Amino acid sequence: MSRTGAQSPSVALPEKPLDLLRAMHEIRVFEDHVHRLFAQGMVRGSTHLCQGQEAVSVGACHALREDDSVTCTYRGHGAVLAKGASPDRAFAEILGRQGGLCNGKGGSMHLTDVAVGAMGSFAIVGAQLPIANGLALGARTRGRDRVSLCFFGDGTTNIGAFHEALNLASIWRLPVIFLCENNGYGEYTPLATTTPVEQLVDRADSYAMAKQQVDGNDVVAVFEVVSDAARRAREGAGPTFVEALTYRHKGHSRGDPAKYRPEGELESWLERDPIPAYERRLIAEGFSAQELEELTTKAREAVDDALERALSWPEPDAEALAEDVYA
Amino acid sequence: MTEITYREGLNLGLRDAMEADADVIVLGEDVAAAGGAFKVTDGLLGAFGPQRVLDTPISEQAIIGAAIGAAVEGLRPVAEIMFADFAATCFDGIANELPKYRYMTGGQVSVPVVVRMANGAGGGFAAQHSQSVENWFLNVPGLKVAVPGTPADAYGLLRAAIEDPDPVLFFEHKGLYNSRGAADTLEAVPFGRAATVRQGSDLTIVASQLMRHRAIEAAEELSASGIEATVIDPRTIVPFDLEAVLSSLEATNRLVVAQECPAAGSWGASLVAQVTGAAFELLDAPPGLLSAKDTPVPYARNLELSWLPSVADIEAVCRATAAY
Repeated sequence: MSRTGAQSPSVALPEKPLDLLRAMHEIRVFEDHVHRLFAQGMVRGSTHLCQGQEAVSVGACHALREDDSVTCTYRGHGAVLAKGASPDRAFAEILGRQGGLCNGKGGSMHLTDVAVGAMGSFAIVGAQLPIANGLALGARTRGRDRVSLCFFGDGTTNIGAFHEALNLASIWRLPVIFLCENNGYGEYTPLATTTPVEQLVDRADSYAMAKQQVDGNDVVAVFEVVSDAARRAREGAGPTFVEALTYRHKGHSRGDPAKYRPEGELESWLERDPIPAYERRLIAEGFSAQELEELTTKAREAVDDALERALSWPEPDAEALAEDVYA
Repeated sequence: MTEITYREGLNLGLRDAMEADADVIVLGEDVAAAGGAFKVTDGLLGAFGPQRVLDTPISEQAIIGAAIGAAVEGLRPVAEIMFADFAATCFDGIANELPKYRYMTGGQVSVPVVVRMANGAGGGFAAQHSQSVENWFLNVPGLKVAVPGTPADAYGLLRAAIEDPDPVLFFEHKGLYNSRGAADTLEAVPFGRAATVRQGSDLTIVASQLMRHRAIEAAEELSASGIEATVIDPRTIVPFDLEAVLSSLEATNRLVVAQECPAAGSWGASLVAQVTGAAFELLDAPPGLLSAKDTPVPYARNLELSWLPSVADIEAVCRATAAY
């Protein structure tokens, strides 16, 4: 599959096709707000938007059970929301408010909601891969058939922890799905500058691991591939490396205008924006435009309301500073 | 009196913890079939099976990560990083993930991982296998740090570490594995409680692991010339039993700290700063801080001997502090 103009495999829609669309809309609207809040000085530090990559987060998380684990990167708003975190508590976390997912202790880069299996957003490149192995090992040792899915970027495939983690997962046949979101850039640098292999999915061969490349802008294709990997993991067939080819519409972080991208590249990927692409598919499958429009409006209203609630919550109590260092 | 070695104390601690709690697992390089590079995990594979005693590749980042994730899922992993110096290869896991996971998620997870590491100099292992690595992690809130100096403390601190809900870095001194000590009562040793191992009214020596034993020898020498020293072994560096040191200083008014690492950024330097700030008026003399030389650990016997604080070095600092 080439990076551009890839055709999706023709797979059937999942059982609840509109859930996927609503989830993608919610993430898109959520991050539109985050983008604006950052410009208004209401988001501290940095924030990393996943706009353009929503189909990966949503397709993958919707293929999992609620009790399966997801670990992700600092570009994790999409994954954590797709796994089921409530948008108001996610907003509150990014705004540094009490009642935020992490009580304002983590912020945009560390969104976590253990109750829904969003086990952590990790801000050190590669850190979450060895931890995802541990979640899988722990679940298996305690006799639970849970799967551990780990999101990471293309740049992560060049860091040592990636290789250690894949090797260990393979030798122990752990129920892990390593899901590489290949958006073509490691921070500000295009993949070809840093990476000798053309297809990242081929990295799996070094670890005798099952692999699957997928169009990351096709939510149904991602759902299919991850469903299959999860089934294999649960059956004891071991880990799978999934490479989802996608693109981030914005820069690396909120402060990055992404001037390093060649002219026309963004535009060509915007034509393959996963949300309208999925809407076209749904209409072709018989859903009405009006139905989809209503869903879009509802999703937007739900996220707008979530932001209103989060904005009404106070800053954390002063005592929170010293809490949660030790048990 | 029953005597066991430090190594046996650790092995028994692991066995008893694994008997007591089916969620305790052991993982690391060569820990299963080979019984560990230092033979601390000898026999565990046979006793508890391959689901609970796991050989890993030489992949320290993978080991620490696996321990973190497994702990979050409810296990009590005991990870072995063979030589403590190898902590440098998984520094992110130990410094950024293990101690911050609870905090940055607002308390959503517990990470009860124990990382066992072989620490310390004196065996001719040279610069990359001899350091006192506990000092690397003093500036990282969220970790607890144990430094047992006797077989009973090795057993007791390990039991307490495994039961602790927080991450514990557990440093075993290589030079003590074959040392023997009383083992009549083996029980968990609570963290943050120092052991006063010798009583004397003239000065207080604080020392751990190898230096604890040298401090006792130095105190016996001093006693022959009429200087009586208290020797305190903190046993855990985090939490640190500052109270035990301060209450001893009320009687002795003189402090010497002996440690086998360079002074900069060390637990001894930190203790001196704390004592000076908290109890300046108690002190009749400037605190004596005896550290190793400010160089990497050398290989040749004479050089390493000169790098490490000796019994005579401790004695000399104590005499100067007592005479001040």
